[in-house]
Amino acid sequence: MSEPFEPKIVAFVCTYCTYAGADLAGTSRLKYAPNVRIVRLPCTGRISPMFILKALQKGADGVLVSGCHPGDCHFTHGNYHARRRWTVFRALLEFTGIPLERVKFSWISAAEGGKFADFMNSVTEDIRKLGPFDQYQRLINETEAPATL
Amino acid sequence: MPQCPMHRSISSFILKDCIMAKIGVFICHCGENIGAKVDCTKLAATMGEHPGVAIAVDYKYFCSDPGQESVKRAIRENNLTGVVVAACSPRMHEATFRKACAEAGLNPYMCEIANIREQCSWVHNDPVMATEKAADITRSMVEKVKRNNNLQPIEVPVTRRALVIGGGIAGIQAALDIANAGQEVVLVEREPTLGGHMAQLSETFPTLDCSQCIMTPRMVEAAQHPKLRLLTYAEVVGVDGYIGNFHVKVKMKARYVDTESCTGCGDCITKCPNKKISSEFDCGLGKRPAIYTPFAQSVPNKPIIDKANCTYFKNGKCKVCVKVCQLNSINFEMQDEFIDLEIGAIVVATGFQVQDNSVYGEYGYGKYKDIINGLQFERLASASGPTSGKILRPSDGKEPETIVFIQCAGSRDPSKGVRYCSKICCMYTAKHAMLYAHKVHGGKSNIFYMDIRAAGKGYDEFTRRAIEDDEASYLRGRVSKVWEENGKLMVRGVDTLLGKPVVIAADMVVLATAMVSQPDAKDFAKTIGIGYDEYGFFNEAHLKLRPVESSTAGIFLAGACQSPKDIPDSVAQASASASKILALFSKEKLEREPVVATNNEATCAGCWGCVLACPYNAIDKKDILDRSGKVIKRVASVNPGLCQGCGTCVSFCRSNSLDLAGFTEKQIFAEVMGL
Repeated sequence: MSEPFEPKIVAFVCTYCTYAGADLAGTSRLKYAPNVRIVRLPCTGRISPMFILKALQKGADGVLVSGCHPGDCHFTHGNYHARRRWTVFRALLEFTGIPLERVKFSWISAAEGGKFADFMNSVTEDIRKLGPFDQYQRLINETEAPATL
Repeated sequence: MPQCPMHRSISSFILKDCIMAKIGVFICHCGENIGAKVDCTKLAATMGEHPGVAIAVDYKYFCSDPGQESVKRAIRENNLTGVVVAACSPRMHEATFRKACAEAGLNPYMCEIANIREQCSWVHNDPVMATEKAADITRSMVEKVKRNNNLQPIEVPVTRRALVIGGGIAGIQAALDIANAGQEVVLVEREPTLGGHMAQLSETFPTLDCSQCIMTPRMVEAAQHPKLRLLTYAEVVGVDGYIGNFHVKVKMKARYVDTESCTGCGDCITKCPNKKISSEFDCGLGKRPAIYTPFAQSVPNKPIIDKANCTYFKNGKCKVCVKVCQLNSINFEMQDEFIDLEIGAIVVATGFQVQDNSVYGEYGYGKYKDIINGLQFERLASASGPTSGKILRPSDGKEPETIVFIQCAGSRDPSKGVRYCSKICCMYTAKHAMLYAHKVHGGKSNIFYMDIRAAGKGYDEFTRRAIEDDEASYLRGRVSKVWEENGKLMVRGVDTLLGKPVVIAADMVVLATAMVSQPDAKDFAKTIGIGYDEYGFFNEAHLKLRPVESSTAGIFLAGACQSPKDIPDSVAQASASASKILALFSKEKLEREPVVATNNEATCAGCWGCVLACPYNAIDKKDILDRSGKVIKRVASVNPGLCQGCGTCVSFCRSNSLDLAGFTEKQIFAEVMGL
């Protein structure tokens, strides 16, 4: 039997809530799946949909976005902008044929280390079930010449 | 030639970003914390081969003095253009290593932290996977730091005037501490008088000294302090700006009494014909007239007119107060006024409320007059209260022979939405039992409790005294129902230590009600721009290490608006807030992180999406003029003083003109590519 598929997941998180929540999971020594790589940003409002597409293009099997709970944003309402953008972005994802299940959205506060660990596990499981994301890579390989310097 | 993962072909940036980059990677073992899970030596070897990395080393503790020295030495010897420290969270030691870089002559913002402890070694069991993840994290930070720019901290001026919101004990303490240090303070209280909840209390635990005796001198001191401007019956309605430079709008509610000319003689109060209004200060147990001061020692001791209950405002007739006032201080035409304040730092000390006990239908609060809450008992026991300090039943004015106290009436009850412990109830219930024993000889007090939580200096001794000297009978268990029978209040509960149900016939029942946040706390938090938790208590920046700062720079917290607290804790937090503000005011200028948005005016199309997105109104429209002074273009312009660096505008920008220093598009794409 072959090795289980280990997905690669990129997380875009805000530094004030979810990043601090991830730190709390660490200081609490909670254990979770090692498949997620975190990109720290000041606020979820900073997250451009292009980052998500870039991550998927680079070979990520899943992407997750997480920030402060509504009403709790350090920057008062950056997370509302992120949420609105996400609603519109979903339509674009659907249009481009990228399965919506590959992109997850969540609110995790600085106090929710446990929730962070659980969320990492559940996302990893979900993406593992979906299998590797290679549609994008196939498309790139077909259209672009190999890179040279 | 090693190839940069970011670039598939040569671009104009590649030379500066990648080929000329000399990055130092410093991998910390953190003793065993990282070293036990991540193979640091192997990681250093991997990183050493990464393009652009000039040196990659591992060491036991890079945060130690020799560790930092070795980083500095490496920067100098290798002429490093950037540094990545793979260690603990940037929230721990980013400042440490940035300082070390600056000392070695490198711009501090050319240093980035790869978090391989909190987010890698501590949370994963498999060393192979952990090492792989650590390599990914470090590599992505290397790719980011290659594209970092030299940044300079932003200097902003400081207005040396503090604002304290809330005139309870916490607010007064903070205001006095700041004023005594010689700085200006504005103290805003929304009630007509200073004092808050502490002024309502009878005696205070664990010393049983009279609350008003220790409170009122502080109130008077605050009112008379030359550095302190007191605004009572006023509310903060708007806060703009940022640390050191807040613009605050305060609404001065109309008192209908001119406080300048009024001497507080009290003639109007005694002559007011409408005296049947339930007193808020006495928690509904006493009465007050329509023109009133909340209590005898009010500060300022000037009355206000309760517009909703004033006969003149209701019927257009009366004006008795106008006739008796010899100084013509009554003015029915008075309007609310708004004043603007320039403020450098803010203390929020808005306090708490007691929970509405009607959530417990089975306890009959509101149905039976002799079931009261803890704060009402305080008024009964207070010498300035409606019964002049005698414990009397509100229903018939008789002395109760038996009282049942019910602790945790609201607290620690998830079904009523309060999961937390209100912290003060165990202590004040013990105090109530003692006061009752001292005032009503032979009185029998029964206390239903879940746990006795008496942590604090002299606290456990105090509850023991209630039990041993004053013979309070403690029953461990909950009460299921209270009903009236033959003029007695029947309390059915359980004594879990005996394992038996009990029914007690009582003359009075006192509920140790939960402390909850102010009903408008969430709206207020949004007005001033701070965070709050699920219960409406304001959030501190860090529960353990920054417990008096809010998440917004320059706004501090004190007292029970942050979480349930007793008086010593509130005072301690207030003084801590004050000292933080004094530290802030000790400098002419403030330095802050240069993480701000910048705009490329050449490409900006002036769509103003960013203006709409900005939470801080930090983006203005700027005219670009030609030589003759004609406007040729209007573009967005970011005010770096106001910008807090959230970057919401950047992802809004349609022409890619805006960018966020420290988190540029280029940096983040590189980070993603490096993963």
